[in-house]
Amino acid sequence: MTAQTAARPAALHRAARPARRHHPARLIREALFYLAVVIVVLIALFPFYWILRTALESNGQVAAGVGGSNGIIPASLSGSAFRDVFTQAQFLTPLRNSIIVALGTTAVTVVVASMAGYALARLNVRGTGPILAFILLAGFFPVLAMIGPLFLMLRSIGALNNIYPLIIIYLVYTLPISTWLLKNFFQQIPAELEEAALSDGATRLQVLRKVIIPVAVPGVFTAAILSFILAWNDFAFAVSFLTSTGNFTAPLAITTFGQSGYQTYYNLIDAAVVIISIPIALLVLMAQRRIVAGLTAGSFR
Amino acid sequence: MSRGRASGRVSPGDRYLGYLLVAPVLVALAAITVYPLIYNIWNSLHFDNLSYGGLPHSFTGIKNYKAVLTNPVWIGALERTLVFTVVSVGFDLVVALALALMLHRQFRGRGFLRAAVLVPWAVPTVVSAMLWKTMFDPRAGFVDYFLAAFHPAWAGLSWLGANTFRSWVAIFVADSWKNIPFVAILLLAGLQVIPGDVYEAARVDGASWWQSFRRITLPMLKPALSTALIFRTLQALLVFDVIYIMTGGGPGNSTQTLSFLSYNTFIVNTDFGTGGAMSLLLVVLALVVSAIYVRAFRPATT
Repeated sequence: MTAQTAARPAALHRAARPARRHHPARLIREALFYLAVVIVVLIALFPFYWILRTALESNGQVAAGVGGSNGIIPASLSGSAFRDVFTQAQFLTPLRNSIIVALGTTAVTVVVASMAGYALARLNVRGTGPILAFILLAGFFPVLAMIGPLFLMLRSIGALNNIYPLIIIYLVYTLPISTWLLKNFFQQIPAELEEAALSDGATRLQVLRKVIIPVAVPGVFTAAILSFILAWNDFAFAVSFLTSTGNFTAPLAITTFGQSGYQTYYNLIDAAVVIISIPIALLVLMAQRRIVAGLTAGSFR
Repeated sequence: MSRGRASGRVSPGDRYLGYLLVAPVLVALAAITVYPLIYNIWNSLHFDNLSYGGLPHSFTGIKNYKAVLTNPVWIGALERTLVFTVVSVGFDLVVALALALMLHRQFRGRGFLRAAVLVPWAVPTVVSAMLWKTMFDPRAGFVDYFLAAFHPAWAGLSWLGANTFRSWVAIFVADSWKNIPFVAILLLAGLQVIPGDVYEAARVDGASWWQSFRRITLPMLKPALSTALIFRTLQALLVFDVIYIMTGGGPGNSTQTLSFLSYNTFIVNTDFGTGGAMSLLLVVLALVVSAIYVRAFRPATT
């Protein structure tokens, strides 16, 4: 909002003096700017092209190397790696595990963070300041300092090498940013809206369900997207607690792929890399604006 | 204004409802962070190693801390972690600032640029690490291919796992590629709250681009810069995934960081006493760094 209103005067200013646009120095500067943009886009996306290119090579092409049979633009394409990653490497099981855990964490986060976000924004909870500070601090807690005690805890209840406890453990990634984001979001909903409903005799919980939640859908949606990404991306907890390949999450499984003697089959690894990047890339493309807004709302008070 | 809390109208019943609604977050986060922290303190004062199953978990006082603080492996990891943090935070912040200034301009294709930049941030670290592992592989990647095209002597360099310096370069590239976008987005949000008419006024007064950058952008960006700096520093201090995936701490232990060592001690050696001591030192380090930043960036009250 602020960005658009702030940018408008500058745009008007530029439009008011069209003569300046065609000044040669300005044109050169404009060209250099677009050159920089192209370089940035190339740095961000060229590696993805390369991953896709490698994933579409056959085992023979991988063994021959880039300088061997295949160039930057591959001479021929092969879908064998995408087939092998499911048939030989059994990638479907880790993918399913990751989807269960990421969706589970997202569901729990959305419910728990919405409740807390609403209470902290509206219900005048005593100690709101310290509570918010603690939630923020928990988000910065060193993950690798927690794995020892969590390992012992899981071991004592026989829950090691099991994906379900991860749904709870991943909350440490998702709850801090989601709670802050939703608290900020609820604060921006006009208080008059609920006051009207309250004075009509509705209870707080009815107000929450019928008035607040419908208005809060965009905020909740943003929290859900961020939570899914954060839970989907974990590596540290998975590598510490999961031991048998059938229970691996997708990121962990990928690190075990493609090794055969001295040859690393990067086509197999990269096919898996492409597959786990797809849902994330789609989310980013669909909800780019929302993600940016959510990230920045979570970081500024 | 309508943004404030409806504090006047909150009944005692609502307040209990408030505690009820906040409780799950607090319980969950305490169970995942506070409980392990206390458990670590307890463990760090005891001998507790699962590999010696039969031995009693006897109280050892500060022996574990003494052992960690005098262990050359830990000291080496501490040095590497600090150097990595300083170099990568400095580099990332400068590049991210340039990127944020670029994203802040109104131009055709800005949405596309923003999405393109966000993708490296959003993909799992395993993707960025595996991706750059592919790129730096002499046979599968483009790095060797392009370097060889520039100069024949640059062909066939091995990057990961053979040469310490080049292993760090590869880790550094993968880490920055993934993390710069997030810092840039934070800084972009900071740029967007600077009112445009401040720049207009400066331009009317004949200020150059550099002058308005130095005198307006940087000072007004200070809150966003400090937030980004804290985020990024803590992230770099705790770097783990990219190291585990790209080098496994090698060659030798030349790319081991504090977090990596913590993983090794807990999960590989199942030594929870020593690991507890290492973890607490890591927590203390993170706290000290945050405290220094918070103090340095505290808004001057005049």
